[in-house]
Amino acid sequence: MTLVSGWGRFPVVDSDVLRPRSFAAVGEAVSAGTIARGNGRAYGDAAIGAARTVTMTGFDRVRSFDPATGRIRLEAGVLLSDLIDTFGPRGFLPFVVPGTRFVSIGGAIAADVHGKNHHCEGGFGRYVDSLLLRTGQGEVIEASRDENSDAFFATVGGMGLTGIILEATMRLRRVETGWIRERVISASDLDAAMRALEAGDAATYSVAWIDCVARGRDLGRSLIYLGEHADRGELAEGADAFPVGKDSRLSVPVDLPSIALNRISVRAFNELYYRMGARRAGGSHVVSLYPYFFPLDSVGDWNRIYGKRGFLQHQCVIPQAGARAVLGEILDRVARRGDASFLAVLKKLGQGNGILSFPLPGYTLALDFPVKGDILNFLDEIDRLVVAAGGRLYLAKDARQSRATFEAGYPALQRFNAIRKSLDPAGNIRSKLSQRLFDEV
Amino acid sequence: MTSRKSVLVLGGSSDIGRAAARAFAKAGYDVALAGRDVAALEPDAADLRARYNVEVGLHKFDVLDTAAFESFVGALPALPEIVISIVGLLGVQQDAESDLVHATAIMRSNYEGPALILGLFAEKFLARGSGTIVGVSSVAGDRGRASNYVYGSAKAGFSAFLSGLRARASRGGVHVVTVKPGFVRTRMTEGMKLIGPLTVEAPVVGDAILRAVENKTDVIYVSGKWRLVMLIIKTLPEAVFKKLKF
Ligand SMILES: Cc1cc2nc3c(=O)[nH]c(=O)nc-3n(C[C@H](O)[C@H](O)[C@H](O)COP(=O)(O)OP(=O)(O)OC[C@H]3O[C@@H](n4cnc5c(N)ncnc54)[C@H](O)[C@@H]3O)c2cc1C
Repeated sequence: MTLVSGWGRFPVVDSDVLRPRSFAAVGEAVSAGTIARGNGRAYGDAAIGAARTVTMTGFDRVRSFDPATGRIRLEAGVLLSDLIDTFGPRGFLPFVVPGTRFVSIGGAIAADVHGKNHHCEGGFGRYVDSLLLRTGQGEVIEASRDENSDAFFATVGGMGLTGIILEATMRLRRVETGWIRERVISASDLDAAMRALEAGDAATYSVAWIDCVARGRDLGRSLIYLGEHADRGELAEGADAFPVGKDSRLSVPVDLPSIALNRISVRAFNELYYRMGARRAGGSHVVSLYPYFFPLDSVGDWNRIYGKRGFLQHQCVIPQAGARAVLGEILDRVARRGDASFLAVLKKLGQGNGILSFPLPGYTLALDFPVKGDILNFLDEIDRLVVAAGGRLYLAKDARQSRATFEAGYPALQRFNAIRKSLDPAGNIRSKLSQRLFDEV
Repeated sequence: MTSRKSVLVLGGSSDIGRAAARAFAKAGYDVALAGRDVAALEPDAADLRARYNVEVGLHKFDVLDTAAFESFVGALPALPEIVISIVGLLGVQQDAESDLVHATAIMRSNYEGPALILGLFAEKFLARGSGTIVGVSSVAGDRGRASNYVYGSAKAGFSAFLSGLRARASRGGVHVVTVKPGFVRTRMTEGMKLIGPLTVEAPVVGDAILRAVENKTDVIYVSGKWRLVMLIIKTLPEAVFKKLKF
């Protein structure tokens, strides 16, 4: 047994960890209580097996690539960072990337990850054409929108609970450059932020970084980043069409003591961040895709900033209609508490792809909290607001929501469970997350 | 036919072999992969073609089958510019202490086979007047340790062979690189206790090999820390060293 945790380093639990080298060995590794793990970037307990965790990052081969169509077949352990570094210079990028490039294809499909373009281009699963899935029952099936479509739509966003994804065929986006034309808008409060995001609907990429320490009149003040793929003509003379993605030079070497993140340091950081952003607001300029899409990747192991006890991310989505009131209430409670993250992320989402996909049309807010004090109770209260507004929490970030919150948020759960049962009658595929939220006790 | 840069990787299915093949393919080299099980190399060949749009050839090669070496080299469609030997067998020291068959396999896989095959390529390269030979040896060859001296002694022999070959071949326009990777997280070291800060991932080794070839470096330790660690280990007096447990 090995101690395993997700990116938030909470909870830390025991699981048998295996690293198979062949698809046959993957099959043999499945026994009661097994789950697949990609690169472990899910925050909570989604990628930890109830009894056994099967790490898939060794499967990192590209099977085939057609430069005429951008269609690619790959093993599930290929990282998006690898895909970007390899195919970016050839003029192709993934259609959807999350806020870190260190996620695997399998993990991106299983969480149906959303990027800054979800409001107009949808999630990761939309660009996946088919999957090779090893079910809990022991079959290896190809699933697509036409073939085994139930398995396909349950696997996209299904958090690994339909089986182990071995390979996937997906489409890449053709790009002229690896640069993004960015426009920064500063918003003095939540209303202005939401107005700017609404107005940004036509932009391919949009996201807001909220200063969640700001209170009162400043509540919800934020910087909105809009983006478009830049073409060659927009680059500075002599610039490479494709920028180099640097490995993080900075890295957090040890767990910081909890004192490092206090009201004063966070407030100072946010003040500076907001002012510097506001100064850039207005005009547009061209930035490398790396800082644009993956701002946090430049500091390795930044999860250690929160100290040994780890941290929790709370990411909810609230349907469009009630969003303003609930978001205001959540931000106010967080600001009054004063121990939340540096920055919160606010963005608009569209319709999800999979049966259990997180996105729904509305606003998503993501907040980080160090694990300490009465944080669990506090988040339960926030959950009540989310549920009352018809919202839900993102399973890839979750480590603590209650069954009731989960069930209220995901009405398609019964259909999902029926498909899961048909693929895995004996119930071999189980994670700590599924034990906590799904499985009969 | 345009003449493109080409590299032959012996032991192509190992993690370091795959990483080296990727590094060279990425830099525009056509690649030939050689290994015992050619069918098992297919997915790696497809990976290289899809990623980098290079030519990839596959060849059967068994490092213990020294009798077949000459025909192996003769049968290659073209003499590569660079040949890299990554073959090796860690084995189990305790078993090798009493099992002569196992000990022999370790010695032959890490010394006899790699040295003979690279020696053959060296002759061809010298006749042509150009080429680079890369041998992946080990820090374990820098000093015999109680815990793995069968493996270590074979690597020591291989390192000595490479340094002698380098001295001779350099006069004929042929460069020889010795690679001492230290701890690498691979299939070979799976389950072993590796020291975090001294451990690298296979792609780091692949990139280091490419750089060493392009910069004509003689000996690389991959992680600079190893050079220091081995310097200390090498200079400890035998009386002290034999009391240490490792
Ligand atoms: C800094 C940071 C920023 C992030 N930003 C975003 C964001 O903007 N948008 C977003 O949507 N997410 C975001 N995430 C979350 C992340 O994208 C997801 O958690 C993603 O699933 C992680 O992929 P992984 O390969 O690390 O998978 P893991 O964390 O290892 O696993 C995640 C889930 O995928 C399943 N899984 C993994 N591989 C397979 C497989 N081969 N077959 C079947 N199931 C599998 C696991 O069982 C688990 O349920 C962010 C995470 C971090 C750390």
